[in-house]
Amino acid sequence: MTSPASVSKQIPIPRESGNGHTSDTTLSNERMAYLEGLVSQARTAAAVFTQFTQEDVDRIVKPMVLAGLEQAPHLARLAIEETRLGVLEDKALKNMVATEFVYDYIKDKRTVGVIREFPERGLVEMAEPIGVIFSLTPITNPTSTVLFKCVMAIKTRNAVIFSPHPGAWRCCYEAVKIMYDAAVKHGAPEGVFTCLESHTLLDNAYLMRHKDVGLIDATGGPSAVKAAYSSGKPALGVGPGNTPVYLEKTADLDMAVVDVITSKTFDNGTICASEQTLVIDDEIYEVVLRKFADLGAHICNEKEAELLGRTVIDPATGFMQPMAVGQKATDIARMVGLSVKPKTKLLIAPIHGVGPDHPLSVEKLFPVLAVYRAKSVAEALKVCVDVNHAGGLGHTAVIFSRNEEIIRQFGELMNAGRIIVNSPGSIGALGGVYNDMVPTFSFGCGTGGGNSTMDNVSIQHYLNIKRVARRTPAHMWLRIPKEIYFNMNAVENLRQFPSRSTVIVTNAPLEQFGHVDIVRRYLPPETRVHVSVIPDAEPEVKVVTEGIEALNFYKADQIVALGGGSVIDAAKLMKLKYESPDADFDELGAPFLDIRKRVVEFPATKINHLRLIAISTTSGTGSEVTPFAVLTDKQRGRKVTLADYSLTPDVAIVDPQFVMSMPKGLTADTGIDCLTHALEAYVSLYASPYTDGNAIQAAQLAFHYLPLAYENPRDEEARSMMHNAACIAAIAFANVSVGVNHALAHAFGARFHVAHGRANALMLPHVIRYNASVPTKFMPSPNQRTYVADKKYATLADLLGLGGQTREEKVNNLVAAVERLLDQLKFPRSIAELGISKEDFERAMPDLVKLAFDDPSGRTNPRMPLMSEMADLLWSAYQGRGVAKSARAAQPQNA
Amino acid sequence: MPVIAECLVDAERVLPALQEAREKLDGAGGELVLNFSAVRRLDVSALRAMEHLAVAADDKAVKVGLRGVNVEIYKVLKLVKLAPRFSFLT
Repeated sequence: MTSPASVSKQIPIPRESGNGHTSDTTLSNERMAYLEGLVSQARTAAAVFTQFTQEDVDRIVKPMVLAGLEQAPHLARLAIEETRLGVLEDKALKNMVATEFVYDYIKDKRTVGVIREFPERGLVEMAEPIGVIFSLTPITNPTSTVLFKCVMAIKTRNAVIFSPHPGAWRCCYEAVKIMYDAAVKHGAPEGVFTCLESHTLLDNAYLMRHKDVGLIDATGGPSAVKAAYSSGKPALGVGPGNTPVYLEKTADLDMAVVDVITSKTFDNGTICASEQTLVIDDEIYEVVLRKFADLGAHICNEKEAELLGRTVIDPATGFMQPMAVGQKATDIARMVGLSVKPKTKLLIAPIHGVGPDHPLSVEKLFPVLAVYRAKSVAEALKVCVDVNHAGGLGHTAVIFSRNEEIIRQFGELMNAGRIIVNSPGSIGALGGVYNDMVPTFSFGCGTGGGNSTMDNVSIQHYLNIKRVARRTPAHMWLRIPKEIYFNMNAVENLRQFPSRSTVIVTNAPLEQFGHVDIVRRYLPPETRVHVSVIPDAEPEVKVVTEGIEALNFYKADQIVALGGGSVIDAAKLMKLKYESPDADFDELGAPFLDIRKRVVEFPATKINHLRLIAISTTSGTGSEVTPFAVLTDKQRGRKVTLADYSLTPDVAIVDPQFVMSMPKGLTADTGIDCLTHALEAYVSLYASPYTDGNAIQAAQLAFHYLPLAYENPRDEEARSMMHNAACIAAIAFANVSVGVNHALAHAFGARFHVAHGRANALMLPHVIRYNASVPTKFMPSPNQRTYVADKKYATLADLLGLGGQTREEKVNNLVAAVERLLDQLKFPRSIAELGISKEDFERAMPDLVKLAFDDPSGRTNPRMPLMSEMADLLWSAYQGRGVAKSARAAQPQNA
Repeated sequence: MPVIAECLVDAERVLPALQEAREKLDGAGGELVLNFSAVRRLDVSALRAMEHLAVAADDKAVKVGLRGVNVEIYKVLKLVKLAPRFSFLT
């Protein structure tokens, strides 16, 4: 081990006493230079260490461990001589555990470069050393803690400055030196370990706050741990405990008694995980104490127990007396004035409660064990909780039992990083001997103990673990009804769906047109058919509730929804509630950002099973293939939009005979809704090759056939193709959603009572222009490699044969084509034309923007629609064609 | 700025090379270029020698340019805060 040569000569080294405490209140310049030298040396070593490979590191660790093993008895002897605490044989054993067992755990672990890979998640973990660690080591486990920390530091390529407890300085220095010599001999950087040659609290404080110290690892008493955490540096501070032990009546009593004695007498009880209060079930209390006595424990009577508590626990502080720490049971008995047998291993003192009135209920790092007689399991568990909370939070708890339920309950109740079952607490907590926990000499106590970790501290705590996260495209899907039948007379396919009881949900005009009779005709003859006529409007709660009553009354196994979007939506909601009566529409309508990660899940349990066949009688919403349904709650004045693929109808029938009689206005409105679905799905952030084909096809069909269907409603081909277009566009947007056009149209349409298709039409040219320009703000989306909306619009313009050389020309031609179509369909071309005054519109603007922003449709728009931009778009729509670029200037200043 | 000398640093003789470089700093001003392209790793003594070289170069108002430093060594120089004391040449 090296010391900074330039400064060590100037620093007196009080090696004789091992205690360099001074009474200074500030550091001298000389002292500061010394400390700076230590840090500089460690920093250089740590920097050089960063170049080492895993193989380099592993080549150093093994001989270090062997050196530690070889010197284990020597270091134990030094520790005993210096500290006068503990048991030589046990200290030697601890030194061996700190090297051999720790090595066994870490030898094959990767600590350099890539340490773990998760290819299925696109994640790689890589190790980054901490650099310089400032380490405080305790008096109770001095050399074992040093050996352990040295091995961990080298394995993780860190340099350590040790500050041993002053009462264990010489043995720790020797331990550091043995490790250092072995490490450097096998290639570790010079200066990788240093040891303060004397220290004061000021030295510790200075080093704890040093900018080049990356981590403080403080193993020791509460003051050391507190100082570490108060420094403002990242710290591993692991401190005292107070281990409750529950000896439950089903336990193997002989084993339990031997384990408790083994643990509590190990190194004279200096391991902070050792048993402190043994809670014994009433039924076995006497027999257990007899077994303890037979194996060399002295069972104190009440008077002896009281005397013991007064002597070994400081009445002023309530903490154990330092003079007792790590002493033999017979020596403690002598201190107290108890008469015990010469080979007494353990003093057992009954207590009747936990807390300040029961001094022996606190931590006792010596072979004195409190025992409590519990009248019931509940009482035993309560006392264990009390002990746990009397200074033992986060540390260790022990149970001996064969009752799995009680073990589970104990585990839940104890706030302890280590809950040791049917084994000794101290050696069990060290890990690797009695169980498969990580071997350690530092017990993290979690937040309960004021610590940053609850783990058994090990190599992972000496590393910064970096995550290399590869871009993982979100999984996409194409989810549609199991079967879709289309073209004239497709309704005949109803024949193949057997049903005992079918409810046809429809509205009055469709019944009058004879559409219901057509459906009846093609249902299998054995089917009992009932017709539920609902209003031709967005479904209300009342309508859905009545529908469910009908389904229940007729014990339906099939619904045929015959109608437009409203009827099909109502049928979806009836099916949901009929199959899962506990479904709560309010809860299921909760907002979400990503359907795969939504908080609220639709019910998976069904008490009824129903087939939903949707037959659309308009060519726009495409509700027959979508997973959406809108519910109006008139009583509460609100709308709930539900979205889940479980709402998708099982079968869709796209039969144009049901749309041949659509009036012109409805043809135009629904047709433009269909085109908007196609154009928005095409540029959606979730758009995929699976949906692009549908979106393009639907747009091509709509541009070609919508004017024909509008001009000549009896044109069967035009009607058929527009009906297909609506369904095909819906297949696309059912899987990738729509965009800001719909968000704006929903908000504007609801506020000014404008039909959905018409509202879409007013926004559409402006939204295409907006989406085709460079976004002010990009929308995060792992599936989009670059901004493509403008390119896709240009591609569509090419496919539509609209001409144009540049991308901009093509986009302009697409906008012009949309405008021509709107003119052909005789749509109003500005909101102003609807008779809405500028003042009314301006007044509504804040609400419109808020509603549009809240609308989930906008979240898949290719560019993130800012609120100000939505206001711009609304003003553009207000003023009509050709105003997009100048709309901002024309709108009121406060918009 | 005139280049005083450009020295190739042998991977097996980093320490002597740095000491020789220090001796070349006698002339006032200019730039000394050390070619590190053969050096894969620095040890503690080489790092100390780099620090001494930087101090000496400051005293003599000589700039030290390092050519072909691999990124691992560059990171080491960053960690010990020596990187700003040199210029890095490709």
